[in-house]
Order: sequence, then structure tokens, then C-alpha cells
Amino acid sequence: MADIAFLMLIFFLVTTTIANDRGLSMQLPPPPEAKQEDVKIQEHNMFKIQVNSSDALLVEGNPMQDISGLKEDIKKFILNRGNDPTMSDSPEKAIVSYKTDRGTTHRRFIEILDLIQGAYYDIYAEQAGVTNKKFREAASDLADPANRQIYDKGRAGVPMQVSIAEPTKVGN
Amino acid sequence: MSKFKKKAVVKQDIPTSSMPDVVFMLLFFFMVTTELRETAIDVQQRIPEATQLRKLARKSLVTNLYIGEPKKTEQFGKEAKIQADDVFIEPKDIILWVNRQKDLLAEAERDQLTVALKVDNEAKRGIIADVESELRKANARKILYNTMAKKEIIR
Repeated sequence: MADIAFLMLIFFLVTTTIANDRGLSMQLPPPPEAKQEDVKIQEHNMFKIQVNSSDALLVEGNPMQDISGLKEDIKKFILNRGNDPTMSDSPEKAIVSYKTDRGTTHRRFIEILDLIQGAYYDIYAEQAGVTNKKFREAASDLADPANRQIYDKGRAGVPMQVSIAEPTKVGN
Repeated sequence: MSKFKKKAVVKQDIPTSSMPDVVFMLLFFFMVTTELRETAIDVQQRIPEATQLRKLARKSLVTNLYIGEPKKTEQFGKEAKIQADDVFIEPKDIILWVNRQKDLLAEAERDQLTVALKVDNEAKRGIIADVESELRKANARKILYNTMAKKEIIR
């Protein structure tokens, strides 16, 4: 019997692929309408991140090599609440604008998107009084009322406004 | 010297009576977690790493799109391609594909369809942006970029 069990075990060991259904979750904006109104956004309410076709980074107009401080910069920008006139008036008005090129690699895109979402999740987790990991787990399963409460408490007053612009066409 | 002469008699057999139990336990674990793949993936899949992962709650609402350089470059070229189910598709076919996926779901759940984009590290933003704009038109706006977990550096 142990032989048969071994045989089956080896079969399943070989064929198994543990499903990976985790990743960065996003909500795309609704499709563009024919008649579009221009929405005026004040310059200081926007945190601009641009990546070119050779994966070089431009943050608020300045080149940046070391991305370790970017997350803190984004957090500071969102939670400025009008203290610094060059940063956002309030978290509701703050927009993180992320623009890439058609030649930007997916690896770089994910690296920066991870930092932007990380900044927001850190803020949410702090507001809800849980750890970042706990908050993300709660947000993944909103059917549970306890999770819903954490989620709503965390997101109160700070909408995740990340604008991913249509890429430019320098590289392909 | 007789003190050192005596060698302790140690039984060296490992008891094997519990082996079937262990094997069965492992067997059941793999039987439960296994998921037989119905599609063969024909594009490169070096999935990027990230830290801020979210898990999808309901797997029945997820459908996959694979994007990357074809594995058979001599046949399909080196440009990144989109694979849906078992075939390569063009961005313009995506609306049709999404509607077909939505038809598989119950009517009340159609707007909750999540498209998981499994994109290779080296794929370019251009093709992904084309896919995204088609998904917007098809009104399948919940997406997920599949990533692996990266160890977070704690400072």
C-alpha cells in the first residue's frame, strides 16, 4: 500500500503547481468619453513620477537614482495637509501621477507602483492601527465585518488616487 | 582497559511502521493543493517581485492573460505577445475575449470579473497599456498585476 501511495505522491509532486494569485491590485478608470471636460488640478496637488524608455526616473522634475526614499516622499506629500505650499492641500486632493514610456520594462513599472501603493497602505494601516500586512489581508476579504471596519477606518479621508497616464511613445 | 572494551549495542533500524501515515499525509496535501493546468503557457513568465501584495478572495472571478516574449522565438518572433487561454491574441480581440469570459459567470457577478495580468519582467509598457485601454473599453476594470513576494527590508 505504501508503494501505491508513494507512486501517487510522486505523481502529484511532479504535476502540482501551487497557484500564485497574488499581486498588485488596481482599478482602471472608466473608458474615455468622446466629450471630455478638462479637469483643472493645481500643480502642487500632484506628485509627478515619470519613467523613460531606459527605465530612468524623474520625480517632481528631478532625476532620481536611489529610490529608497521615494516612499517616504510620497507619504509626506499626501499627508502634508497644507503645511508646505509646494505639496498637497489635503489627502483628498492629493494625486500621484505616474507616467511611463512605451519602452519602460514591466519590472520597473511594478517596482515604482509597489512603492506608490506601499505609501498608501502604510498610511491606511497607521490610521486603522494595524500593521501594513494586516491591513492588506483585511482589504482582500471584505466579506468579514471586522475586516470591513479596519478597511473603512484606514481609508477614511485618504482616497487612493493614483493616475497612470497613457505612456509616451519614445521607445517601443 | 576493560572499561573501554564494551561497546554499547545500539539498535540502528528506523521504525517504519508510521511511514504509510506520513506518506498518506503528504499525498493528501498535494492532492488538495494541486491544480491541473489546462493551458500550456507559450510566453516567457519571469514574474516581477513586489512587497504590497493583495490576495484575490474569489478565484472563480479571476481570469488570466499572459504577456511576454514567445518561447518559440523562431516561430513567433521576439516581440512580446498576449496569450489568452491557449492562443495568442491581438489587443483588438480583447473586448471579445472579455465578453466571452463574462458569459461564463453568473449574471450578478459579471461586473466583478478580475483580469490577472501575468506579465514577464522584460515586457514593455507599450503592449500592457494597449491591453489596459482595451480592458477599459470592455468594462473589465478590475485588474491585478501578478507578482511574487519580495522580502521587505526592515530598517
